[in-house]
Amino acid sequence: MFAFFLSSGLFLGWSLGANDAANVFGTAVGTRMISFRKAAVYCGIFVILGAVISGAGAARTLGELGSVNAIAGAFVVALAAAITVYGLTYLGYPVSTTQAIVGAIIGWSLFAGALIDYVALEKIVLSWVISPVLAGIFSALLYMLIAYSTRHAKINMFNLDSLTRSGLLIAGVAGAYALGANNIANVVGIFVPISPFADLSILGVFRFSGAQQLFFIGAAAIAIGTFTYGKRVMLTVGQGITEMSPVAALVAVLANALVLFLFASQDLERFLLSIGLPAFPLVPVSSSQAIVGSVIGIGLVKGGRGIRWRVLGEIAGAWVVTPLAAILISFISLFFLQNVFQQKTYIPVKYQVTEEAEQRVRAAGIRTTPLGDMIEQTYLSAAEFRKALSQRLKLDSKDMSLVMSAAKIDHMVVTLQAVNRISDRAITDGQKKAVQTLWGKHFTHRWQLEKALADLSPEWRMKPGDKDRNVELRRELDYIHRLIRANMQ
Amino acid sequence: MGNGILKRKIGIEKQVDDFLDRLSEAGLLCRNGLDAYLKENMEAFATSLTCIRNTEHRGDDLRRSIEQDIYTKTLIPESRGDVMELLEDMDALLDRFTGLIWQFEIERPDICAEFHESFRELLQYSVEAVEATVRSCRAFFKDIHTVADHIHKVSFWEKESDKVSTRLQRAIFGHGNLHLSHKMHLRFFAKQVDRIADEAEDVADRLNIYVIKRML
Repeated sequence: MFAFFLSSGLFLGWSLGANDAANVFGTAVGTRMISFRKAAVYCGIFVILGAVISGAGAARTLGELGSVNAIAGAFVVALAAAITVYGLTYLGYPVSTTQAIVGAIIGWSLFAGALIDYVALEKIVLSWVISPVLAGIFSALLYMLIAYSTRHAKINMFNLDSLTRSGLLIAGVAGAYALGANNIANVVGIFVPISPFADLSILGVFRFSGAQQLFFIGAAAIAIGTFTYGKRVMLTVGQGITEMSPVAALVAVLANALVLFLFASQDLERFLLSIGLPAFPLVPVSSSQAIVGSVIGIGLVKGGRGIRWRVLGEIAGAWVVTPLAAILISFISLFFLQNVFQQKTYIPVKYQVTEEAEQRVRAAGIRTTPLGDMIEQTYLSAAEFRKALSQRLKLDSKDMSLVMSAAKIDHMVVTLQAVNRISDRAITDGQKKAVQTLWGKHFTHRWQLEKALADLSPEWRMKPGDKDRNVELRRELDYIHRLIRANMQ
Repeated sequence: MGNGILKRKIGIEKQVDDFLDRLSEAGLLCRNGLDAYLKENMEAFATSLTCIRNTEHRGDDLRRSIEQDIYTKTLIPESRGDVMELLEDMDALLDRFTGLIWQFEIERPDICAEFHESFRELLQYSVEAVEATVRSCRAFFKDIHTVADHIHKVSFWEKESDKVSTRLQRAIFGHGNLHLSHKMHLRFFAKQVDRIADEAEDVADRLNIYVIKRML
C-alpha cells in the first residue's frame, strides 16, 4: 500500500523534474551552450545530492502536503498537482510546482470542509507579479553591467564563451542542488512518517536514514523527469520568449538566483538582522516565474522588439491555470476516490469547546461568556464551527485561530510504536524521553499534547524572542504529532 | 573543469591567430613572387611558389582543425555559423594568393616593362586590403568594438586598387604595339589581382553583419 501511495509522489517528482529543471538549465540549453543531455545528467546528479544531503531532517520535511490529514488524500493531492504540472509541461509552459500543490490542497480543503488557506492563495497571486518584476529588474541591471564590463575588458570571443559556459554550468548545478533540497519535501515528505525504510549503513562509514532513502527515490524521480521530458520547457524558457545570447542566458540564471536569495532566503534575513542591518522584505518569489521575468528583463534592455509577446501571454495564462486546474482536478479526484473507491481521503476534523478548551481560551484573555451555548456541542467541520463562532464573537484573525486550534478535536494515544519510530536527529534524547513518558496517554486536543510535552521537558518549550528555535520546535512538534497519528492503530 | 575548458579555448584562439598569420604571410609571399617574376628571377619565383603552397596547406590544416574544434566542442553556438563562414572566406583569400602565383607559373604572361610598376602597385593595394581584413577579423575575435575601424580601411584599399586596375587596363588596351590576345591576357592578370581586393571587401561587408548580429 505504501508503494501505491508513494507512486503519486513519484509522479509529482517526475513532473517537477520535467518542469523545474528549466529554471536552472533552460537558458543554457536554449542557447545551445550546454547540450540537453549534459544538462539533464548534471541536473539529475545534483538534484539527488541536494535532496539526500540537504533535504533536511524528517521533522522539516512534511512540505506543503503536510496539511492533508489522510494518506489517501495526500495521494490524490500529489496526483492532482502532478497531472496539472504534467499537462502544462506537455504544452511547454514553465509553471510553479509549488503553486500546483497549494492549488490541489485548496481543492482538498474545499472537499474536506477544512479551512482554506487564503494567505497561501494570496501569495500565489502576488508571486505572479512580484517574481517576474523583481527578476526582470535585476536581470536588466545585471545585463547592462555585464555588457559594459565585457565591452571594456576586451575578452576574446572564445574566452568569453568558456567563461559563460563555466558560469552556466556552475549556476546550473548550484540551482539543481537547491531544487533538490527545497522540493524533495513536497515530493516524498508526506510519506516519511509511514516509510518502511530502516536506517542503512554502508561499510559503517555512511549512514543513510530512512528519510534519506526516501529522498533518494524521490530525487531519482525528479532526475528521470528532467531527462525524459525536460527539454520542451527548457526550450520555451531559453528560446521561446526571445532569442538570447549565451551571456544573456547566464545573466538570466544569475538574476533568478539573486532574487531568490535576496527576497526569499530566511537565512539571509536572519544573518542581516543579526549584524544589525535592515533585511530585505521576504516576498513570495517563485523560481519558475522569476526565470521568465529575467528573460523578459534582458529582452526589454535590448529594445523589446525580440520578445514574443504571444508566448508570454500564453505563459501568464498557464500560471493562472495552474492553481485553478489543480483545485478542480483535486476536488473531482477526491470525489471519485471517496465515493467510488470508498477510500478515506480526509479525516473529518470536529470542533468542540470542551471544558479544557474553554479554560485555554479564557486564559488567553478572550471572553467566553458568549460561547455558553456552544460548550460541549460538536461541530462537524472547521467552516461550521467558525460560522457559529463569528455569530457570537467578533474576533481578529489571531484570536480566531487561537480559539479554532483550542477547540479542534484531535483524539490521539501515544503508542509504543510511535515512540520507537522517532528517528529525526534534531530531536534530542531529553525530548524523546518526554514523549516516552507520555506512552499510553490519551489527548483530545493537539495543544494538550504540546502542553504535556512542555511540562515534561524544557526542550519542548517555546522560547519567547527566539524566532528560529520556535520555528524549529514547531516543525519538531508537527513531526511528533504526525508520527503519533500515523501509528495509532 | 573550468580551467580545462579554458586551456582548450586558448588553443583555439592560438590556432585562429596562426591561421590569420598564414593569410598575412601569403600576401607577402605573393608580393615577393610577383616581384621575382617581374625581375625574371625564376629561382626566387619558384621558392616563393613553394613557400606559398606550404602556407596554403598549413592554412587549410588550421582551418579544418579550428572548424572541427568548434563543432565537436560546440563552441560559440551563437556565432558558430558566422565564424565558420568567415574562416572559409579568409581561406578563399589565401587560395586566391596561391592561385595567382600558380597562374603566373603556368601561363607565364609577358608583362611589358612599362606595366611592371602598376602591377606591383595593384598587388600592393590588394595585399593591404587583405591585411586590413585580417586585422578586422582579429578584432572580431578579440575586441569587437574596433572592427569598424579596420573595415573602413579595407574599403579604402579596395578603391585604390580599383583606380590602379582601371588605369592599368586603359594603358594595356591603349598600347599600340601589342596584339589583342596579348592585351586580353594582361587584362586577365590585372583583373585577377584586383579581384583579391574586391573579395577582401566582400568579406569585410559580411563581417560587418556578423558584428551587428553579435552586438544585438
